[in-house]
Amino acid sequence: MEVNWTRKDLLSLYDLTPEEIVLILDTAEEFKKVSERNLKKVPALRGKTVVNFFVEPSTRTRVSFELAEQRLSADIINMTASSSSLQKGETLLDTVRNIEALQADLIVMRHSCAGAQNFIAKNISSGVINAGDGAHGHPTQALLDLFTIRQKKGRIAGLNVSIVGDILHSRVARSDIWGLIKLGANVTLAGPSTLVPRDFEQIGARVCHNLKDAMVGADVINLLRIQHERQRAGFFPSTNEYARFFGLNKENARYLKPDAMIMHPGPINRDVELDSALADGPQSVILEQVTNGLAVRMAVLFLVAGCLKK
Amino acid sequence: MTEKNSYILKGGRVVDPSRGIDAVMDIGVSNGRIVDPAQIKNPEIIKVKKLVVAPGFTDMHVHLRQPGNTTAETIATGTMAAAAGGFTGIVAMPNTSPPADSAGTIEYIRRHTELYGVVRVYPCGCMTKELKGEEMAGIGGLKSAGVVAVSDDGKCIQNHELMRHVVEYSKSFGLPILDHCEDAFLKGEGVMHEGKWSTLLGMRGISSASEELMVARDIILSRMIGWKIHIQHVSARESVELVRNARRRGIMISAEATPHHISLTDDNIKKFDTNYKMNPPLRTEEDRLAVIEGLRDGTITVIATDHAPHTATDKLVEFDYAPFGIVGLETAIPVCLTELYHEKILSLSDFVAKFTTGPAEILGMDFGTLAEGKPADITIIDTEKKFCVDAEKFRSKSRNTPYHGMEFRGKAAATIVAGRFVFDEIGK
Repeated sequence: MEVNWTRKDLLSLYDLTPEEIVLILDTAEEFKKVSERNLKKVPALRGKTVVNFFVEPSTRTRVSFELAEQRLSADIINMTASSSSLQKGETLLDTVRNIEALQADLIVMRHSCAGAQNFIAKNISSGVINAGDGAHGHPTQALLDLFTIRQKKGRIAGLNVSIVGDILHSRVARSDIWGLIKLGANVTLAGPSTLVPRDFEQIGARVCHNLKDAMVGADVINLLRIQHERQRAGFFPSTNEYARFFGLNKENARYLKPDAMIMHPGPINRDVELDSALADGPQSVILEQVTNGLAVRMAVLFLVAGCLKK
Repeated sequence: MTEKNSYILKGGRVVDPSRGIDAVMDIGVSNGRIVDPAQIKNPEIIKVKKLVVAPGFTDMHVHLRQPGNTTAETIATGTMAAAAGGFTGIVAMPNTSPPADSAGTIEYIRRHTELYGVVRVYPCGCMTKELKGEEMAGIGGLKSAGVVAVSDDGKCIQNHELMRHVVEYSKSFGLPILDHCEDAFLKGEGVMHEGKWSTLLGMRGISSASEELMVARDIILSRMIGWKIHIQHVSARESVELVRNARRRGIMISAEATPHHISLTDDNIKKFDTNYKMNPPLRTEEDRLAVIEGLRDGTITVIATDHAPHTATDKLVEFDYAPFGIVGLETAIPVCLTELYHEKILSLSDFVAKFTTGPAEILGMDFGTLAEGKPADITIIDTEKKFCVDAEKFRSKSRNTPYHGMEFRGKAAATIVAGRFVFDEIGK
């Protein structure tokens, strides 16, 4: 079946059909080949201007997007909150309208508020790619996770995928959940009940509050970064106690199937949510996730740019 | 606005729950008061056939923003909006800038109302100085200056001992308490109802428990002290149940519902439109139905809008950063007629009571009746008129409504304050 990409924005995986998700993954396969060539650059976005607007700080996602844009031969402008007029009290919409007035074709945006990109996309004609909005979504991270799983396991439908940790505050988890469910995986969410809301059961995820239940039978286990500020806010008593009950370590790793994949969106708290040796071990695909992120972001930029008005 | 001194409203369906009347009859008005039509010589006849003639509606919960934030609303524009919405009186919440915690600010509001007000404005005073929830405001002085109630609306006194003293002290001045029930810790930095949608959208939630706990607190204090506490804008199912049980036991608790909590739910937040951001937040369908049931069985005796104007600039921002609140005066009757009367939840008489005898009873005032001799404050309603909300046509200075473009059945046809037409669309 021929699927066409018709969206000027990529805001959330919730909006996409399974076919659209697969189209992005298939397109990313092609771009992955580009990255393996000697000459890593293609002219797909030549003459297009992409503005990377990171209202919330980011390192890995920003670098990954920048590199993807460069490999597509786009012209690039980088802006952060501190380098923009937001500092002078300008509203977000005014800042973005100024970017649009400079004829930027695409805006890759990260923001600490859920829905900020949805709000912007509604109000401008440039394309908007969500590089993370609050705890709402991080679609390109989920797409690279899906890409990595499909690459390693050959499929996504029917796989048992467990996501462990601070689901409540995680945009990665939310995007992963939508993507995995749309492509037919069985999703289990695990962590302390303060951080794993039962409401996810309403969209078909399984929720459990002990790690073993999430490990047994899992084809993929995705560990989320646990943030120290959540401890101060009273969601769990200490990182030590978190690591003891919800961290993946050599001791409890025996519950995992031998071919289970270990994933992490980074940055890792070594020996808190994930034992250091396991992070570097043969089951870990953490660095491949980073490599695949580049191909996936090239695919997204390419598809979205392709349906912008001239 | 038409100047008419003596006239008869002829052939309307008079619905006056204060006297148990629902019948086609004429109402006479002379020199600003209701009179026996037979007493008027050479009256002007105003035909109101097929329209409902009700006592003037009072909205117990309005933010006029003056003094302080006159870019969002003023006493002039807010009272014009009230008139256009069918309200002859409004209770003005005290969270202005400065807050209405002193006789001077109340005097300012009264003076501006005399000069620019279109409908009656009943000022409400603060419970605590600067709404800080730390020290009691000069409640006796506020009473002397003319407040009809006290409230820290927008905030909630967290210190139960202070709340106890405020209730006790207000009782000695005969001032009812209007309380915005919210536990500040449980609310935290929440921006929407905590539930399925906040979980899916990754937005910080405001749990129903944050309201329910303070409703329970107020019930306990009301029982202990024996004084009136009115729960503002009830939004959660369990809050309705708490109030229901308390009223059955004879505790002096009352409650109001807003048009938005009976017509909208939290799934709308997925549009990321800040006109759906209010506090208390829109909750679930189950909560919406519980509030409606509370209105139906008499647990909730008042409908109030929580009219909260904000400029487009303030609302056109990231959802987290937008202020809470929507305007409500010009959509309340259409929304509530559609959801409650046309849906056959409330009879017309019970519907009218929520805006007339309901507020009058809580405030201990004698408005909300068409009895002869009373001031001629009258709301005339066309229950069948199709009304498509166009925010650009609002009299209010602000446009922050989620109802823009939606169609409702029924609206105010005319508003009469002390015999004077302050809004008139009869025959239009």
